[in-house]
Amino acid sequence: MKEEVKLMKGNEALAMAAIRYGADGYFGYPITPQSEVLEKLEAEMPWDTTGMVVLQAESEVAAINMVYGGACCGKAVMTSTSSPGFSLMQEGVSFMAASEVPALLVNVMRGGPGLGTIHPSQADYFQATKGGGHGDYHMIVLAPSSVQEMTDFVALGWDLAFKYRCLSMILTDGLIGQLMEKVVLPEQRPRRTEEQIRQQCPWAVTGAKGRKNNIITSLELDDDKMEANNNRFQATYREIEKNEKRCELVNCDDADYLIVAFGSQARITMKTMELAREQGIKVGLVRPITLWPFPDEHLRQAAKNVKGILVEELDAGQMIEDVKLAVDCKVPVEHYGRLGGNVPTPDEVLDALKQKFNIVSK
Amino acid sequence: MEINDIIKPENLVYKKPKLLNERNMHYCPGCSHGVVHKLVAQVIEEMGAEEYAIGVSPVGCAVFAYNYIDIDWVEAAHGRATAMATAIKRLQPGKLVFTYQGDGDFAAIGTCESIHACNRGESIAIIFINNAIYGMTGGQMAPTTLLGQKTSTCPYGRRADLNGYPLAITPLLAQLDGTRYVTRQAVHTAAAVRKAKAAIRKAFENSMEGKGTSVVEIVSTCNTGWKMSPEKANDWMVENMFKKYPLGDLKNVDAEK
Amino acid sequence: MKEEIIIAGFGGQGVLSMGKILAYSGLMEDKEVTWMPSYGPEQRGGTANVTVILSDERISSPILNSYDSVIVLNQQSLDRFESKVKPGGVLIYDSYGIHTPPTRTDIKIYKVDATEASFEMKNAKSFNMIVLGAYLKVRPVVTIENVLKGLKKSLPERHWNLIPMNEEALKKGMSLVVDV
Repeated sequence: MKEEVKLMKGNEALAMAAIRYGADGYFGYPITPQSEVLEKLEAEMPWDTTGMVVLQAESEVAAINMVYGGACCGKAVMTSTSSPGFSLMQEGVSFMAASEVPALLVNVMRGGPGLGTIHPSQADYFQATKGGGHGDYHMIVLAPSSVQEMTDFVALGWDLAFKYRCLSMILTDGLIGQLMEKVVLPEQRPRRTEEQIRQQCPWAVTGAKGRKNNIITSLELDDDKMEANNNRFQATYREIEKNEKRCELVNCDDADYLIVAFGSQARITMKTMELAREQGIKVGLVRPITLWPFPDEHLRQAAKNVKGILVEELDAGQMIEDVKLAVDCKVPVEHYGRLGGNVPTPDEVLDALKQKFNIVSK
Repeated sequence: MEINDIIKPENLVYKKPKLLNERNMHYCPGCSHGVVHKLVAQVIEEMGAEEYAIGVSPVGCAVFAYNYIDIDWVEAAHGRATAMATAIKRLQPGKLVFTYQGDGDFAAIGTCESIHACNRGESIAIIFINNAIYGMTGGQMAPTTLLGQKTSTCPYGRRADLNGYPLAITPLLAQLDGTRYVTRQAVHTAAAVRKAKAAIRKAFENSMEGKGTSVVEIVSTCNTGWKMSPEKANDWMVENMFKKYPLGDLKNVDAEK
Repeated sequence: MKEEIIIAGFGGQGVLSMGKILAYSGLMEDKEVTWMPSYGPEQRGGTANVTVILSDERISSPILNSYDSVIVLNQQSLDRFESKVKPGGVLIYDSYGIHTPPTRTDIKIYKVDATEASFEMKNAKSFNMIVLGAYLKVRPVVTIENVLKGLKKSLPERHWNLIPMNEEALKKGMSLVVDV
């Protein structure tokens, strides 16, 4: 399969990108608003073409542990879910982080807490970037803001996960999941052979052929050894922080005010920025692409000469903590966000910006 | 005849399987795990499966199974062994994939994963150790604890009105279309050990042949948890456990044909 | 070129698929396109709607507060979206069941009797294509040729026999639309 231009929903494009990456396995459980991922995979029947395994598990708990099993084999495996489902998966996430196995996880967020709503939310930011499961661990968190990025971040997520032997997460919401856009699907990559996996992932459980047996466990009852394990995890995280911060800056050079927003909200606020500039208000947009590691240096640079920063997110104020830390509270930082599945319009965000910083448009 | 005249290679009648390494097991003296570990190692060796066997160890006393048998292992979260094994087998269909789980792991916290893996007919072998108690955490009630049996969380004996009934999970699994072979064995006598070994061999062969799920329940003792000598524990098991969990094949599709 | 459109009506009127065909047509012309179904706050109130944006450049927000063109297919949607047309923009409505017609004077208002026409054609499914034809007559943002190409792209092959009927409906809509 060559590169192809398509019109697709974010969720469907993500499924296609997984097949095209040469993924070995998808394990998931239906939940709105991301069920199109599993539906698309089942409809495409990749087991007949690439040999990819697709399995509807009995629960999110089972799904994440299937992913764990597959990841231990050095295979490119993934799951996708939405907020309540991701809460259920936290056990497996923590175990995988502790076992240093690579996998791709997708959370198409919906409004919580609880069963909440099926409409968009970004209220799982803390859960994604600061834990969720128990113990000191991090995942690389990628926040796509277009259907193209839903596609591209599949490959990026897996590549990073294998590079660092860590978890990558695509954190998005129903807005990007349900949105249809023009998208370029990448060329089909072949799945790796067992020989390639043995070379790339010498730690994987592939059968102890011609080597000492491999054991993958998250358990270590010797405190000193467990501390050493933790130190090794932390060293990996520092390395990721050094190399993998990603951010898009738009019109920040001459900006008096910055809007910081990720994912779907970066799309909304891009329009807010256009509207503001039409009114003579110099607004720039900072769009964190990696939420962990948070692109603090990019933000610090962009914020050098601004009068204020508005953090727009679909939650009660989560990313704003990282923004404040990044600018060391040297710039006034305000929050605007809708809750419960509501999404602001671009004008609404502009009104909030003007009101919070007492801006009078010309 | 001196002892040194007897200890000669040509006189060897029994030896430890090579896969079973030299580490001292953490299991209590008298525990059934040691015997079952040896059987697993023997069967793998006899099948020549050392290079393609992958085990999934549980949370429970057997969590460290990976320390004793030198094959590839993963250690699952509590109850999730069959979910992990599902993916391992589906992604590497040519491998021998088995789980080794206790009653709390397999029949309490992991019931959902256990039933669904069996129902899907995943070609994995499940070694299920039923000793009616939580050994590792210090003797709490298990789903399989017998009525009247005392544990640290039913100190006056299990009561149906308070704690529900003991769960015989294997007959339930035998009813599922996905299971190929479901059997209940024990390792308290030499004869029982031989039968248990044959059952494990059959289960492992079924995995290799992609025939569906095999479950080998091993009714076991936990003399420490039961607060008995190993010998008394065996007697108690025969007298009480076998009544609720009688030995024998519960399902053998191949024999039925 | 940039056109921001919302199509609103009852569920079952083919609102989402009409938007999809429009988006596919844009894709055929190598434009950037977004198609965003009613999601979040807009879904409340019993109407189905879809925002479609066609543009030569990267598209920012797929959710908007005002539109270049508003296509409404029932009274509820008309009441809700008349005020959302940008000054100088276009409002097209199907007259069927409309008891309170639009009143704004700073926008261009068009009417198409699409429901009645679809009855005449004895094909309720042609309804949304009649409306699309009316819209494209007023705002020729994509060519009919590319709409048909887009239709082919969005329909499974077994339904390609429906394409001539759709073409007929598009042309019907073009002939029926009236300036009010």
